[in-house]
Amino acid sequence: MSRITKTLENLKQAGRKALIPFITAGDPSPAFTVPAMHEMVKAGADIIELGVPFSDPMADGPVIQRASERALAHKMSLRKVLELVREFRLQDDATPVVLMGYLNPVESLGYQNFVDKAKEVGVDGILTVDMPPEESSELLPMLDKAGIDPIFLLAPNSTEERIAKMGQLGRGYLYYVSLKGVTGASHLNLGDVERKIKEIRKLTSLPIEIGFGVKNAETAAAVSKLGDGVVVGSALVGKIESAGEDTSLALRDITDLLSSMRKSLNA
Amino acid sequence: MRSKALTNLELTESYNLPDQRGHFGPYGGVFVAETLMLPISELTEAYYRYMKDKEFLAELDYDLQHYVGRPSPIYHAERLSREMGGAQIFLKREDLNHTGAHKVNNTVGQALLAKRMGKTRIIAETGAGQHGVATATVAARLGLECVVYMGSVDVARQAPNVLRMKLLGAKVVPVESGSKTLKDALNEAMRDWVTNVDNTFYIIGTVAGPHPYPAMVRDFQAVIGRESKEQMLEMTGHNPDVLVACVGGGSNAIGLFYPFIDDHEVAMHGVEAAGDGIATGRHSAPLSAGRPGVLHGNRTYLMEDEDGEIIETHSISAGLDYPGVGPEHAWLKDSGRAHYVSITDDEAMQGFHALTRLEGIIPALESSHAIAYAMKLATTLAKDKTILVNLSGRGDKDINTIAAREGISL
Ligand SMILES: Cc1ncc(COP(=O)(O)O)c(C=O)c1O
Repeated sequence: MSRITKTLENLKQAGRKALIPFITAGDPSPAFTVPAMHEMVKAGADIIELGVPFSDPMADGPVIQRASERALAHKMSLRKVLELVREFRLQDDATPVVLMGYLNPVESLGYQNFVDKAKEVGVDGILTVDMPPEESSELLPMLDKAGIDPIFLLAPNSTEERIAKMGQLGRGYLYYVSLKGVTGASHLNLGDVERKIKEIRKLTSLPIEIGFGVKNAETAAAVSKLGDGVVVGSALVGKIESAGEDTSLALRDITDLLSSMRKSLNA
Repeated sequence: MRSKALTNLELTESYNLPDQRGHFGPYGGVFVAETLMLPISELTEAYYRYMKDKEFLAELDYDLQHYVGRPSPIYHAERLSREMGGAQIFLKREDLNHTGAHKVNNTVGQALLAKRMGKTRIIAETGAGQHGVATATVAARLGLECVVYMGSVDVARQAPNVLRMKLLGAKVVPVESGSKTLKDALNEAMRDWVTNVDNTFYIIGTVAGPHPYPAMVRDFQAVIGRESKEQMLEMTGHNPDVLVACVGGGSNAIGLFYPFIDDHEVAMHGVEAAGDGIATGRHSAPLSAGRPGVLHGNRTYLMEDEDGEIIETHSISAGLDYPGVGPEHAWLKDSGRAHYVSITDDEAMQGFHALTRLEGIIPALESSHAIAYAMKLATTLAKDKTILVNLSGRGDKDINTIAAREGISL
């Protein structure tokens, strides 16, 4: 059983929802990332999604676009993100880490090379925004062999056929994109999410983590009730951006936000 | 003959790419976020249905004739040919189309499709502004809302086209992210599309993007090659020996090449932008100096660094300033059916001046790359050989760029 599945099963048995923070690796600087990951775990994170910066983040809104640009200005790359995971694992062997990004850096490194390195440093899952299942037939068996979970995105307009397919091919969890839009958008409609999650549940037994539009403790609590947990990204990345050069302020702000979300999820 | 060329839309028989999911060998495909999968499959379904629908095709033919002004003529550039002292250079005059470039062949087609699909809002990306103008034009005619994304660098260097789009009623959104050019405009258009999928039709301006765009844009542009085949036969008695076209995303090139793919005696040369020179790294020539990767929904040759990050491109012509290229060109390159070369900014300027002075035709800077290469090629071929160059657009939009480069004050 993968580290992700074990973590989510334990939460389920305890009757708790997962809290999954996303930050972009290397933002605002490479030295920030590993300490921030540890602090986020202390503040109540169950799984960490680590964004791999890309020059052309087509599915991201302005907040995460700018985070990518800041990270790239520090020459962050997929290779270096893998090294950050290795460093994180020196002190934390329990918290699952999912890499989230775009396909081209993975293609550039080479699928097998990437999978081997990811396994070696302790990556648990990968979520590639622009690789739908139809284009994943080469990569999936390699991930499977390495025991790394491929995590697929579901959207409000995913058809039943596609939901079923991703239920079969996905491992760990499914990431439900709560709205039609880019990351950081805020036109979230809870009623729509609730209806769609019901449809998805009929087609798959994988846990469903809901992201996009989770801003604060209230939205986190409300959204988490509809699925198995929440992913929070732009709200955290926005705090890092606002803190500017002051990285200790950034750390404090993101851990405060996560702690408040943790409390509201447990309530 | 006129209408025969236009209605002859069946696809070339023996070459039958892409496959069902949009692959040209290892290239092409559909690499997009989940939210776009449904609109893309709806578009694919509608596209293949309407390309077999007699009424749709008749309406498209009518618009191409009466609105765009097709067929565009072929002109024998006799003075230019004589000056080079070799092969005969012929020009396919896409610059004479309504709005001044080949781009409108595609926007007329996609807009008709948008209307059939009940979409009320059109979005587009643009580099040189020619595709933006061609999109704003058809949107005005059909009464559709139109938003055009354009990198802020391009907004500055293609000011006349920005004004034209605004006059046509389009909203032009300058894009400030990344390199602030065509690729970033495409990113932003994709973000808009993902947010407004229900009512919005995205008219991509070249043979890039996820399937079905590379195939669909090619099929709409293939009217160029179909007409050329008949016209060259009439003028010279046979197919041209060499086809030459500039390659940005590759739509004017594939439009000319496609109907000739099975005519193996016809050579095909695509001309990329070498900018300051391939060796300087400041260019836009992924087929000449890039490697395969995934960007903007398809797998193709890209300009990227060793980590797979897309690098900034450079070309004097905004329409060629793109780090990727249509996946079908990637396949034609690998398969050896087409041949890709490059022309620097300086060489393109020489081609620009030569055509302007010798033939009285002011070409777009994009097309000037094709002209410059054809001039070089002509000197290596016998006088009875024929080169057909796709003169993809006229140069009026570029006069500010040229004035600035040559220190002329307007
Ligand atoms: C006149 C002209 N030619 C060529 C191009 C390049 O595009 P493509 O390679 O798709 O023909 C452009 C693009 O803006 C253009 O305006």
